[in-house]
This record gives sequence, C-alpha cells and structure tokens, in this order.
Amino acid sequence: MKTKMKMPALLSGKYRGRTVSYSIVLVSWLILEVMMHTGNLSSLFTSLLVPVCCYVVAAIGLNLNVGISGELNLGQACFMSVGAFTAVCLSGSLGPAVPSLARLILSIVAGALVATVFGILIGIPVLKLEGDYLAIVTLAFGQIVKSLITNMYFGIDSNGFHFSFVDNNVSLAAGGKMLLNGPMGATGTDRISTFTAGIILIILSLIVVYHLIYSRSGRAIMAARDNRIAAESVGIAIFKTKMLAFGVSSCLAGAAGALYGLNYSTLVPAKFDFNTSILLLVYVVLGGLGNMTGTIIATIVLVLLPELLRSMQDYRMLIYAIVLILIMLLTNNETIRVWGQKLKNRFMTKGGAAHGRES
Amino acid sequence: MKNVRFIKALISSAVAVTLTVSLAACGGAQQKGGSGAIKIGGSGPLTGPAAVYGNAVKAAAELAVEEVNAKGGLQFELDFEDDTHDAEKAVTAYGVLKDWGMQVSLATVTSAPGAAVSPMYKDDHIFAITPSGSSLAIIYQDPDNAANPYGNVFQMCFTDPNQGIASADYLKAHSDLGSKIAVIYKNDDNYSSGIFAKFSNQAAANGLDVVYTGTFDDSNASDFTVQLKQAQDAGADLIFLPIYYDPASLILTQANQMGYAPTFFGVDGMDGILTLEGFDTSLAEGVYLLTPFSADATDDLTKNFTANYKAKMNGEVPNQFAADAYDCVYAIAQACEAAGVTADMSASDICDKMTSQFSSMTFNGLTGQNVTWSANGEVSKSPKAVVIQNGVYVGVEN
Amino acid sequence: MDFLSYLINGLGLGSVYAIIALGYTMVYGIAKMLNFAHGDVIMVGAYVAFFSISNLGLPLIPAVLLSIVVCTVLGVVIERLAYKPLRAASALSVLITAIGVSYFLQNAAQLLWSSSTKVFPSVISNGGISWNGLTVSWLTLITIGVCVLVMICLTLFINHTKTGRAMRACSEDKGASTLMGINVNLMISITFAIGSGLAAIASVLLCAAYPSVFPTLGAMPGIKAFTAAVFGGIGSIPGAFLGGLLLGVIEIFAKAYISTQLSDAIVFAVLILVLLIKPTGLLGKRIREKV
Repeated sequence: MKTKMKMPALLSGKYRGRTVSYSIVLVSWLILEVMMHTGNLSSLFTSLLVPVCCYVVAAIGLNLNVGISGELNLGQACFMSVGAFTAVCLSGSLGPAVPSLARLILSIVAGALVATVFGILIGIPVLKLEGDYLAIVTLAFGQIVKSLITNMYFGIDSNGFHFSFVDNNVSLAAGGKMLLNGPMGATGTDRISTFTAGIILIILSLIVVYHLIYSRSGRAIMAARDNRIAAESVGIAIFKTKMLAFGVSSCLAGAAGALYGLNYSTLVPAKFDFNTSILLLVYVVLGGLGNMTGTIIATIVLVLLPELLRSMQDYRMLIYAIVLILIMLLTNNETIRVWGQKLKNRFMTKGGAAHGRES
Repeated sequence: MKNVRFIKALISSAVAVTLTVSLAACGGAQQKGGSGAIKIGGSGPLTGPAAVYGNAVKAAAELAVEEVNAKGGLQFELDFEDDTHDAEKAVTAYGVLKDWGMQVSLATVTSAPGAAVSPMYKDDHIFAITPSGSSLAIIYQDPDNAANPYGNVFQMCFTDPNQGIASADYLKAHSDLGSKIAVIYKNDDNYSSGIFAKFSNQAAANGLDVVYTGTFDDSNASDFTVQLKQAQDAGADLIFLPIYYDPASLILTQANQMGYAPTFFGVDGMDGILTLEGFDTSLAEGVYLLTPFSADATDDLTKNFTANYKAKMNGEVPNQFAADAYDCVYAIAQACEAAGVTADMSASDICDKMTSQFSSMTFNGLTGQNVTWSANGEVSKSPKAVVIQNGVYVGVEN
Repeated sequence: MDFLSYLINGLGLGSVYAIIALGYTMVYGIAKMLNFAHGDVIMVGAYVAFFSISNLGLPLIPAVLLSIVVCTVLGVVIERLAYKPLRAASALSVLITAIGVSYFLQNAAQLLWSSSTKVFPSVISNGGISWNGLTVSWLTLITIGVCVLVMICLTLFINHTKTGRAMRACSEDKGASTLMGINVNLMISITFAIGSGLAAIASVLLCAAYPSVFPTLGAMPGIKAFTAAVFGGIGSIPGAFLGGLLLGVIEIFAKAYISTQLSDAIVFAVLILVLLIKPTGLLGKRIREKV
C-alpha cells in the first residue's frame, strides 16, 4: 500500500498533513538554496537558516511530547544542551583529520543518542507524575542539567582526555584543547553545520514523528493522553507508551542541539536555560498542539519576528511581547473563530466548485 | 473536496514561503548606502538581563561619533544592534550589520557573543575592535594556548587572564592589604570565571594564602550570606571580587549587615559601584580596584565625557564599558585619519589599513595614556590600582 | 551555632519565597493557571517602592502601601485584559499569554526606568538580637514575622469570611459556584488582587534584603517561588508557606554544607525526590480521577 501510493492518496486523508509539511520544507529549501547560490540572500537570513532548522526540529520533538503525548515539558532545552555539548566535544576530539561531513553526521548521531539516554533516564521519574507536577520536574531537570554542564571541565591533549567536575583541575600540556570549559562552555568549535543538514534533519524528524503518530504505538500514546483510565483498561502500558514519546522527543532535541552547537564557534551552557525551553513551548502552542506543519510555520515566524522588528529599535521586544499576547487572544477569540470558520466555508465552497470544473 | 483543502494549504504555504523569500531578498537589496560616512557597526545586549552594559556602550559610542562628526572632516555613521548577550543573536546582528554595509566594527560588548562573531570578522575581512569583550576567545582562535590570533579583531579592554595575573601580583606586592584571601566569583559568567582561573594559578605561584573560594550564578545572585559567613569563618581579611559592580554592591551591603569588614579588592568590573543609583557609597569605603577608568578623574577629557554622557543619558554616570566604547571610536578615528581611510573604500581594504595602523599606533584616551596594541590584537595599558576614599577613587602607587 | 545561623538565614530567604509562592498557589487554585508574570509584578512593586522612597521621600510604610495599591491594580488589569478573554481556552494558551505578559512587563520596565541597576535604600536598620554568639538581624526577624502574619491573615480570610468561602467554592467547582450565585469572575479578580498585593509586600522584603532593583529582578524569585508552590502542593496555601520556607532553608544549607556551585542542582534534586515520594507535593490534595 505504502510503496504503491498514488498522488491522490498523498493529497487526501491522513497523508495530507504530511505532504504539506514535507512540501513546505522542500520548497523552502530549494528556493533558499537557489537564492543563496545566486547571492540574493541577505547575510541576516543566511545566518538564521541553521538555527531555524534546529528550533524546528526541537519544537517538532516537543510537539510530540506536549501535543501528542499531552505532557507539559518545560525542560526541552536541556536535551538540546546535552546533544549540543556531546556533539561539540566529539567533533572537537575527532579534530580536522576526519572530514567535516563525516564529523557532522557522527556528532549529530552521538548527540541524539546521548540525549535519548538522558531522556529515558529523566523520563523514569518524570513520567510517574502528572500534569503540572510533571511540568515542574522537567523544569527542575532542565536546571540541574544546566548546572551540571556549567561545572564540567573536559580537555584533550597529547596525553589523552582530562576531566574534572566542580573545581577545574584540568591542566593541559602545550597544544591541548579545552573541549568543555565549565561556564565558558566550548570555544573554537569548527562550524561544520549546514543548512542542507538542517533540512535533512527536519525531514527525518517529520518522518519519524509521522510514522510514530500513525502507528499502533502512536494511537496508544494519544489514547493514553485522552483518557488514561480507559487506555489502561484496554491494556495499553501507559508508562511505556509515554516513554516512547518522551524518548523520541529528547532524541530529536539532542540532534537539533548537536546541529546548533556545531553552527557556532562558541557555545555556553547558559544558552539552554529555562527561557529557551519556554520559547520552544511557545512555538509549539502557537503552531497548534499536535500540528507539525503549524509548528514549522510558527517557529519560522517567531524566530523571524524579532529580527524584522529591528527597525523598532528599543521597542522591539516590547512589540514582540504585545504581538505574542495578541496572537493568543485573537486565536482564542470566539467571534474571530466563527468569522474565520465562515471565511473558510466560503473559500471551501468556491474552491469546491473550481475543483468540480477541473475534473 | 479534500484535494481542494490540500491545494488551499499548499497555496497558503506557498504564500508564506514567497513572503519569507521576498523579505530575505529585500534585506539583501538594501546593501549600498553611500552617504560619504564610514559605517561603524556593533552589537551588544540592549534588552534582557545584561542590557545595562550594552546600553552604556551604545550611548558612549553614539556620543563619540557625534563628536567626531561635529569636528568636520572624518564622518562616521553608527548602527548598534541588539544581541541580548547571546551568541546566536550576535551572529544574526552581524548579518544585519553586514547587510547594512558595515566597514568597521565595534564587535560585541560581551565575551561569549564576541567569540561567536570573531571568525566571521576574519572570514569577511572586516576590522573589529571590541570595547569590553575581554575573553581570549575573542582575539585567538585557540584561546587555550593564546595562539593563532584572528589578526583583525582587537580589544580595547584588558583581557581576563591579564587582570587575574595583575591582581595576584598586586596582592603579593602589597601583603599589608590582607594575608588571608577569600574569592567570590560568578561561576556561570565568562568574564568572572576567566579572571578567577588565572588568578588562582598565579596566586598559587605567588604563594598567596587563599582560604576560601565561593561562587554564585544567575539563579543565586542575591543571597551572599553563606559565602560571606564562610569567608569570615575561614579568617579571610581580604575578599577578591572579580565580578561586576551590581552583585558587588549586594556583597558589600550584606557584609556590612553582618558586621564583617575585610578589605575588598575588585577588578575593572567593580568600576561603577560609586555611581549606582541609590547606593550608599560609604559601604564602598576602602575598596581597592584595578581599573583603567574613573568617572571622577579631573582631566579635561574625562570631565567633558562624563558631563556629555550624563546629559545624554538622563544623569546616568558612565562606567568603564562606556569609557572603553568612547575610546574605541576615537581610536578608530585616529587610525582612519592616519591611514587615510575614506568612506568609499571597501571593508576589506579598510581592514588591512586599520590592522597595520592599530598594531603600530599609540593612543591616548579615557582609559589610558600611551595605549598600544600587539599584532595579535591584545591591548597594552597598565591597570591602575585605586582605593575608594571619601566616595572618590584615589590612586595608589603600583 | 553555625547551623542555627544558616537555618535562620534560610528561613528569612524562605519567607520571601513563601509570600511570592502564595500568589502563585492562590491563582492556580482558583484559575488553574500558572501565572508566569507573577515574578514581574514583584519587579514593578520593587520599582514603585524604590521611587516612592528615593524620589518622593515617602517613609517605609506609606511606600509599601503605595506599592501594594499599584501592584493590586496591575494584577487586576492584567487579569482583565490578558487572562479573562482566555477563560475558555486551553491551559497552555493561558500559559503562553502569561509569558507574553512577563516579557511585556520586563521590556516596559526597561524602557521606562532604564536597564541600569538601582540600589534600594536601606530601610531597616542594621544590627539585631544577639544571643550566645548568634546574631539575628532585624531584617530577618521582620521578614519571618511578616510572612507568618500574612499566612495567618490569609488563612483566616479564606476560612472564615464569606468571600474566602466563595473563593474556595470557585476553586472546587466553578459551575456549581455560579449556580450558587457566586460571581466567579469577581472571585478570580479578587484572587489576582490579593496575589499581586502579596507580591508587592514580597518585593519590599526582597529588596530590603537584596537591594538591587532591575527589570529582570522578578524572574529568578518567580521561578523559585513557583518551585516552592509545587513543593508544598500547588493550590494549597499552607503548602506554599511550607514549600517556601523549606526551599529557602535547603538552598542556604546546600550552599553552606555542600557546594556553592551546585546549590541550584541540589535544590531541584530535593524537589524531584519529594515529588517522587509525594507526587502532589507535601500538602497537595490527591485527586482521584473517577471513571
């Protein structure tokens, strides 16, 4: 069935959402690549490409967690952090001897794997809780991970690896390199991330997430979200299904973090704090819970917004805040919803007629 | 019917993509200005928790640019962007500045964002001098060994290691200040932990008796009673504070509440403590600090600068960030004049001229006399030790 | 003696957390929302108190009263403009709006009062009671005293007044309360008013102990107080009190006896442990979901 999928099948029913997401990503990639190579893309936008991809991937993961599995996660940034620092350290210790593409792939895989392990370890206590208690525990883990990474010192020199915790006892031989220098984080990272890698990562994460959502496990996850007791009564292992969503979510965040970490020559642990987790949550909620296309669009819009508001000078972040509040108020306003529905209906009937003529 | 909904979704996403792309192209198209003024760019935190430093630099740089322009002759145009003290935003701010056509740069105000943009200045061959980014990672590609400099990124402020070593040496030479030393530093901060790392090495080498080391971070930046009590219990009679003046003011206040009065010793980040709005300056009495600048200095340059800055900033007194930024613009002006840089030159040509000019010239400014730079971009000016007496800085011999 | 001294410092810090946590927990109890802008109301309170003491030359008590009035009005206005239209929306939409309000307040404060730190005037004299070598500062005593007083007043108000009972009814079941003739919207407004008024009191205590006033002042105490509220069982008023005090004490002990670098990690690790043993916090109600 899947191998012999015809066009109409791609456009209708449960595949439609996926097709739209993939086409948005691919078309954007194509256009932006062409613009980049013909020199029409401004430096500002070029600099935004990779971070946007990273946020999209992390937000898709978070949406699986918050939207599909229904767990409010306030610590997604900590998995990005784990992925990022794993990747940066691995890439740093492999050094320029390994070609950059191989290093990038290895580092992203390593970042995703380590973040998954962290996700599962953290998930064990977290998923025993519910609602806002679960939220605060993810927040707490976020703070703990940040605090631990801030106190790690990890260096490499001709004698091998050196590690110390809390007090920096690492003293390197001449020519050594600090891969992770406590609060100063990683410096002198090779910037090997590329926009194409980011797009591939988005596509991969969409494939993984859609595959999960429309599988038996995905239905179990949603059943557990909608009615825990009913789901339990039909024999769904709640903890296991939730863990699956949590693990995949942290894996994606880890991969996103890895790509992010390798995009900048320097990375500090403080970057992945509570605010970053909240920002990711904002992308997810604004894009719509469980709606991956929405997440992609919301992420792009909200990353771009402060940049486009730069001409507002000092009022930039104030306006950003007001826009955020207004969007939430308007999208939840009953009158506007009804009005939007009417517009949609009218558009649909017109469109329907057009479609009728076409075929 | 269903296909139509898909087509609609596709159309709307196409619209979204086109919109983005046209915006992107729009940004690219505005590149050339040609106003006859040399375009100076820079970024720093103008919003968020570190905004105070970015806004000081921005105001002082604007002031200096206005003064240079008023003289006639050399003309500058300044664009100072917000980077919220974040590496990612600093890189996008760099993109904005590049699109604008920046020819010379003030790099970034803070260290971590600075380290992220330095490689871009090298790649694009644009000259940059940071007023206050003090980490080695800003000027060296290999900061662990202080090797492999970017070559076109310069610093106006002391480097962190420089300050840590100078402090340890000063304390060794002046053991009458205190023999048992405690250190309180901010361990999630580049600047503070950078100074501390070198200080502790040099202190060990100098045989200083460090009896207690305490830290704090962003989430614990208000309560210092534990650190102070433990320093007191360890018998410390001198506390070294390689931190900025705002947390330092809390430490001074809380020590006073505890009735604990060791000698406090700070570095350049301590400058600004006397001018904190509402701060009881009697608490800072007897505080030592190594600083290149004091707003109370009586030379004409400082007096004029302080007066003009206050007028511009609703009575706020300039700190060392502002002073370094002001000096940066004047140093750029001096180098431009000496090298005959004009607005129609490309950023790359300007970069070559500026780099050779900076590594050979001598500059006199607010933050030091006979300031020179090494070819690596490191500044050479001597930190001055001052002690606060009757609410003003009093120089002490080094 | 060291132990006692740390304990009392911890109680002082914890008292401030407790008062802020009360605001979180009351709003959560009745409106079922996490009001992330609560910390920024504290910041506004601190600025109002700062300006009324430093610029208007008001004595402490009138300054505190003015700050309470401003914060109360601010809290009610925020609720009316930003949260009330979202009564029917999902909890997450309200959460994001609260974050938007928080950004708004921080940036508005920066534009209005500049980003540079202002030092809160010293309002409570130094010194204190000494006993057997243990010194407790007036400030700590006053902070703990105010916290206990607030706690007693609030408990009396909630349990023994008509409005208090109506508020409790709303937090149990909004629909039933409406049927009983209770104006639910009014009750929610009153809750926000009380929570914000408490934030003003907390802001003055916070700034008296740690005299720095800046636009992001409220963020960290906000997160800590939120943690404290969950620690004690969110929605529970004695829980917030207990959670706040414990959090303060644990924070100080972690710094004093383990490591200043890791104190934050330790505080949150203890929180996680507590929640694993008591999944709804120390004094939270265990709600059994009915089939």
